[in-house]
Amino acid sequence: MGEFIVKMPDVGEGVAEAELVEWHVKTGDPVREDMVIAAVMTDKATVEIPSPVNGTVTWLAGEIGDRIAVKAPLVRIETASGAGEAEPETVPQPQPAEPVKAEAPKPVPKAPAPAAPPAEKPLAAPSVRLFARESGVDLRQVQGTGPAGRILREDVEQFLNQGAAPVSVRAGLAKKTATEEIKLTGLRRRIAEKMVLSTSRIPHITYVEEVDMTALEELRATMNADRKADHPKLTVLPFLMRALVKAISEQPNVNATFDDDAGIITRYSAVHIGIATQTPAGLTVPVVRHAEARGIFDCAIEMNRLAEAARSGTATRDELSGSTITISSLGALGGIVSTPVINHPEVAIIGVNKIATRPVWDGTQFVPRKMMNLSSSFDHRIIDGWDAATFVQRIRTLLETPALIFIEG
Amino acid sequence: MKEIVCKLLVIGAGPGGYVCAIRAGQLGIDTVIVEAGKPGGTCLTVGCIPSKALIHAAEEFDATQRMLAGKNPMGIRVEGASIDLARTITWKDGIVGRLTSGVSGLLQKARVKIVHGRAHFRDGKTVEVETETGQQIIRAETVVIATGSDPVELPNLPFGGHVISSTEALSLGELPRNLVVIGGGYIGLELGTAFAKMGSQVTVVEATQQVLPLYDADLVRPVTRKLTERGIRVLTGAKAIGLSDTGEGLIIETPEGRQQALAADRILVTVGRRPRTAGSGLEELDLDRAGPYLRIDDRCRTSMRGIYAIGDVTGEPMLAHRAMAQGEMVAEIVAGRKRAWDKRCIPAICFTDPEIVSAGLSPAEARAQGYDIRTGQFPFSANGRAMTMLSEEGFVRVVARADTNLVLGLQAVGAGVSELSAAFALAIEMGARLEDIAGTIHAHPTRSEAVMEAALKALGNALHM
Repeated sequence: MGEFIVKMPDVGEGVAEAELVEWHVKTGDPVREDMVIAAVMTDKATVEIPSPVNGTVTWLAGEIGDRIAVKAPLVRIETASGAGEAEPETVPQPQPAEPVKAEAPKPVPKAPAPAAPPAEKPLAAPSVRLFARESGVDLRQVQGTGPAGRILREDVEQFLNQGAAPVSVRAGLAKKTATEEIKLTGLRRRIAEKMVLSTSRIPHITYVEEVDMTALEELRATMNADRKADHPKLTVLPFLMRALVKAISEQPNVNATFDDDAGIITRYSAVHIGIATQTPAGLTVPVVRHAEARGIFDCAIEMNRLAEAARSGTATRDELSGSTITISSLGALGGIVSTPVINHPEVAIIGVNKIATRPVWDGTQFVPRKMMNLSSSFDHRIIDGWDAATFVQRIRTLLETPALIFIEG
Repeated sequence: MKEIVCKLLVIGAGPGGYVCAIRAGQLGIDTVIVEAGKPGGTCLTVGCIPSKALIHAAEEFDATQRMLAGKNPMGIRVEGASIDLARTITWKDGIVGRLTSGVSGLLQKARVKIVHGRAHFRDGKTVEVETETGQQIIRAETVVIATGSDPVELPNLPFGGHVISSTEALSLGELPRNLVVIGGGYIGLELGTAFAKMGSQVTVVEATQQVLPLYDADLVRPVTRKLTERGIRVLTGAKAIGLSDTGEGLIIETPEGRQQALAADRILVTVGRRPRTAGSGLEELDLDRAGPYLRIDDRCRTSMRGIYAIGDVTGEPMLAHRAMAQGEMVAEIVAGRKRAWDKRCIPAICFTDPEIVSAGLSPAEARAQGYDIRTGQFPFSANGRAMTMLSEEGFVRVVARADTNLVLGLQAVGAGVSELSAAFALAIEMGARLEDIAGTIHAHPTRSEAVMEAALKALGNALHM
């Protein structure tokens, strides 16, 4: 009797571990050669692992959902013949459930090339280097006229004056070579870090759909004309906020945050809507809390108050955090399509493009309709394309038939 | 105690730190410097300066001894010579005292606030200092880490008792009879030679095949010849095993694998220096490292915004003048000036007997970088001034590109050649060609004429050989 160890094969390029998704055997089961014993999943594909031998399973590496390192023991099989272990290389090739791209043969490392003269540092005296640095001149671009190609102060001066050379004077145009270094600080730095975080960690799927806003715009005009003295003028956004609340109640998976380090999705019954707002210092996202508990005018009042606070820099930390979904709108600058960046760790952002009157074919003729695109991004790890589309289509229906927004229950 | 809030906080008042603080103060930056010991750091208190004092005293004594009984061709006759090491040390301490108080004065003149105590990072902007009067919190916009380095300890020969580092060697009350130096780098050879000249029996134990392993064999040969003449035993390829049972000697393993006991009433361990990063809260800051050192870019920035590092803590070469240049640059960057590290060379000197100086690339380094080179070497035996000073050993060597004659490196070995470092570094920084050096009048009679002659030699037209 011997023992045979099946190891986790190298299932794909650069994959260090794979997740167990299915055991086809359990301890004590007899196995035959080529019988599938397990299925493992990488980020690309599910791979079935066959048994290379006949025997009896004595040990399994873990439970469904466990991640097993490549080349770690996966299954122990008691065999009738001598002991052995299957190196990943010697296992009969695992049968990929989906085709896995064959690894290209690694290029043979080349013998080190004979050393070429190194990339030269610009040859210039310390005083010339200092002068160039303070003048914002990159010495690598300056032709040296001194001995051995040494760059002289005069060379740098001439490089700087090239803009005022006769050629340019004629054209009235001057070459400009100065550079300005601006240190990233404060809000701008935080925006930069947040954007990198969002775009590097979240695989975005962006979905664009056009919405006929004609009915809503008529309703909005009527409501604005008849509004009470203490009611603010309504923009499209409060309607969109209410539509979001409604659509989220049917599809709560988009109103969530995803802690990808912990692997935990948190869904919220509250709808806290972040409103991307331009301020003098840069982008901030004040949060309208509990939009689900606010009427349309309440939404508008709160949004206006927060936008004002954000612009004047008086918004509190609480007012600038805790959103569960975000709306990005540039109003009249909204453009036709945008690719909004998700407000990490949320999983969805709704981008509002501009409203424009466009000819629309109604079946018999072209009619002028007020059309608007919604460009929305979703965290594709959490939201499948189908769900994203369903969600946006629901919002579209609500906006196109705005009475639906106001129907309770 | 009241918190101190400042623009710039410099941790460590060694050559890097104090230069940085003085320059920052001159530029009008509100600067605080923290130092646990005396200002001046390793260099002023237990490094460059005290060792050079000791080396000079040893040389003077040695020269006098060689005149005993008229054993010199100059006809000088001296009757008896002795050295009182305790007085030598007192004299050395006086020089150190003058220099450290000078640094304090310069810091005050630049309106830098000095806080005495050991600094500990609380976070990237806040440092706690344990002072004599209690804990002092300092908050700074920018922090410069200039904590320096410590002598490396051998696990089998921990410091203490007979086993000393360079620090203790510079303050010995009496001359060791048998001194074993472990590590044949420049610190070990400088101190070993000085003690030999003062009368100790010195043995140098070096693990590699050559002492001064960072320099090429041509430069090192005059030094090893002098070591032998001086009666200093050099054991290359040998490893220190540990103290002998009596504690009075050292057991070594020879290249043949035999164990051997060496008599030693002092064992000086000079096997390198390691960055001083422990115990200052640097671990928690989790700055990126390059090996054991703090990783810096061409502006001495660490991986954390607003934290700079300069000097030994940033790695080799661990030289005071490198740290000073870094300190000056960082102060100017903090003041908003556009600066970056664009030096072409950092000259290095061994104050051995004879001295070695090197700037830029050696012939082997230049070839390894792919240069087609020409070299010129001129011996001091053909230099008039060297003859008149009774020290003709050594030479000056120049390394230049074969196509443009651009000088890539300059090296010399010989008595007093450390002072040639200025000419060497200037030539390289200015982008001199061989013709520039050859075409510059070098005063006669001086050793520096050998620099001009080496350039002429490389050009194929040496005059004096």
